[in-house]
Amino acid sequence: MLQFLLKRLLQAMLVMSIISIACFAIQDSLGDPTRELAANSISSEERELLREELGLNDSTIIQFGRFIGRAVQGDLGNSYFFKEPAMTVILKKLPATLELSFAASILIIVISIPLGVFTAIRPRHWFSRLTMAISVIGISIPVFLTAIGLIFIFSVTLGWMPSFGRGETVEMWGYWNSNFFSGDGLLHIIMPAVALSSIMLPLFIRLVRAEMLEVLSTEYVKFARAKGLSSYKVYMKHALKNTMLPVITVGGVQIGIMVAYTILTESVFQWPGMGFMFLEAVNRSDIPLITAYIMFVGFLFVVVNTLVDLLYGVINPMVDLVGGNQ
Amino acid sequence: MSQQQISNASSRWQRIKQSDLFYYFSRDKVAIVSSVVFLILATLAILSPLIAPFDPYDLRQLDLMDSELPPVWIEDSDSRFLFGTDDQGRDLWSTILYGMRVSLLIGIFAVLFQGTIGITIGLVSGYMGGKVDSILMRIADVQLSFSTLMVAIIVLAIVKSAFDGETYSSWAMVILILVIGLSEWPQIARTVRSSVLAEKEKEYVDAAHVMGFGSVRIMFKHILPNCLSPIFVISTVQIANAIITEAALSFLGLGMPVTEPSLGSLISIGKEYLFSGSWWITLIPGLFLIVIVITINLMGDFLRDVYNPKLYKD
Repeated sequence: MLQFLLKRLLQAMLVMSIISIACFAIQDSLGDPTRELAANSISSEERELLREELGLNDSTIIQFGRFIGRAVQGDLGNSYFFKEPAMTVILKKLPATLELSFAASILIIVISIPLGVFTAIRPRHWFSRLTMAISVIGISIPVFLTAIGLIFIFSVTLGWMPSFGRGETVEMWGYWNSNFFSGDGLLHIIMPAVALSSIMLPLFIRLVRAEMLEVLSTEYVKFARAKGLSSYKVYMKHALKNTMLPVITVGGVQIGIMVAYTILTESVFQWPGMGFMFLEAVNRSDIPLITAYIMFVGFLFVVVNTLVDLLYGVINPMVDLVGGNQ
Repeated sequence: MSQQQISNASSRWQRIKQSDLFYYFSRDKVAIVSSVVFLILATLAILSPLIAPFDPYDLRQLDLMDSELPPVWIEDSDSRFLFGTDDQGRDLWSTILYGMRVSLLIGIFAVLFQGTIGITIGLVSGYMGGKVDSILMRIADVQLSFSTLMVAIIVLAIVKSAFDGETYSSWAMVILILVIGLSEWPQIARTVRSSVLAEKEKEYVDAAHVMGFGSVRIMFKHILPNCLSPIFVISTVQIANAIITEAALSFLGLGMPVTEPSLGSLISIGKEYLFSGSWWITLIPGLFLIVIVITINLMGDFLRDVYNPKLYKD
């Protein structure tokens, strides 16, 4: 177990260092901090002096060391546009993105598990066929089109739903602005969450269905049936529990992947989260903010994936933790 | 000579007709309908310069007086414009035809590129085994865990900041093909590797070893031809994925420029006009995009069912 833990941590650190080398290279070749500190009017000697003062003429290795040193302390440079530390900007936008992903995850769990179980238990039922057909179509519709479609139907045509922004939020602990505690906030989060979950739903329904089908064909389920247990008990108590293991692990990784789709959803709904901020930063060529976002998201991915891997190793005794060399 | 060619051609047709693939195909209505729809759309896209009533890339043909005209079945429309016009007075039907061509081209070339990388890495990884295999597959795992869309968005964002706008626009198509190809290779590499692992144990590989052939020759000439069917299946699905990714990137403003729009950039242009009532600029290209992707995905499903008899449909 310890060996597995070390291996995973080592890999996580390797990935993080590759990401930081890439970010440093971007900042080094594209970002010019003197542009941020001084207007174009200063003379080239003054600029040179400034460069010397900031240590921009030091060797690349020394500069990289300084970059890492600052990054570990959470200092990823100042955003050109916001005139604030990039990390502060990101942390301000983080709650909006996390709440959106959270709402979408809840929708996915609540919808995909019952549908997946039903389609596995009654594969020939018309409702199962319909669900599977819709899931093929659903996987073919890009998330931004779902979002635009929702806006067109519910905001433009029917006028029921707000089409952009977070609406009224409730401040908690002096930092976190939440959508979940006001009617207006809840109304605003519904469509973005539905759009975001739409891309993952077909995948999860198929996953739950496939796992459930596999479990249903095992000996112990047949035995439970032969024992005369009610089919409800067989399905819910015996089969579903063992279906959940792979669903949780795949789900963990997929929810990490959802970060990429939040960029699309946030841009359609002008949701003031990290993804929307990132796109604006790209359009403004705000290099420190771009690299800070990449570092932050990279860190998030690495942490989530490492945790999911560890969790899987802990709950599933069949996994060979260290990999065939024992 | 010519006689022989004709008989060759007819025997090839015979072989196709007698193959399992054709047999299943002729009995699968979904596969027939989707491939017919796809072929029609693809033909329209390829022939777009001949069919399209206007040239959407030619700025001289644009007239701002024609902007935001609705499709012909709605009042106040102009019979010259079948699906109406966009914000600059471009004929939407012509722009969709050209846009489909761009989307399909990027999709197909991105898959060819990722196929080249993925097949090579998958073959080497599966055939060599050991350290090489575990390093290559860890890289693939890590890249997959980051989600291909995320990788593509970030790389394009950086490339876009590095180039000035005009250079970027003129190279957008090549850049998109390279970025999508590079970010999706692990999908194909994994598929190839797993079938190589199965093929490697077979006797014909041993025979080739005994005959003294080199590794490269065995990998590409002996093992690869036997791994083609799973590659075929996954490439079909990957074309659909590449088209969606391209549309998403263009939608975010990181892909094709508005002067040479793909379906994604058209949708993104039209989004601004959704609230002023000009829904057709977004929704009609969106519909074409969905139909293309669905037909490709359905064909992929069909191929998978044929090549994987173990997985029954229900």
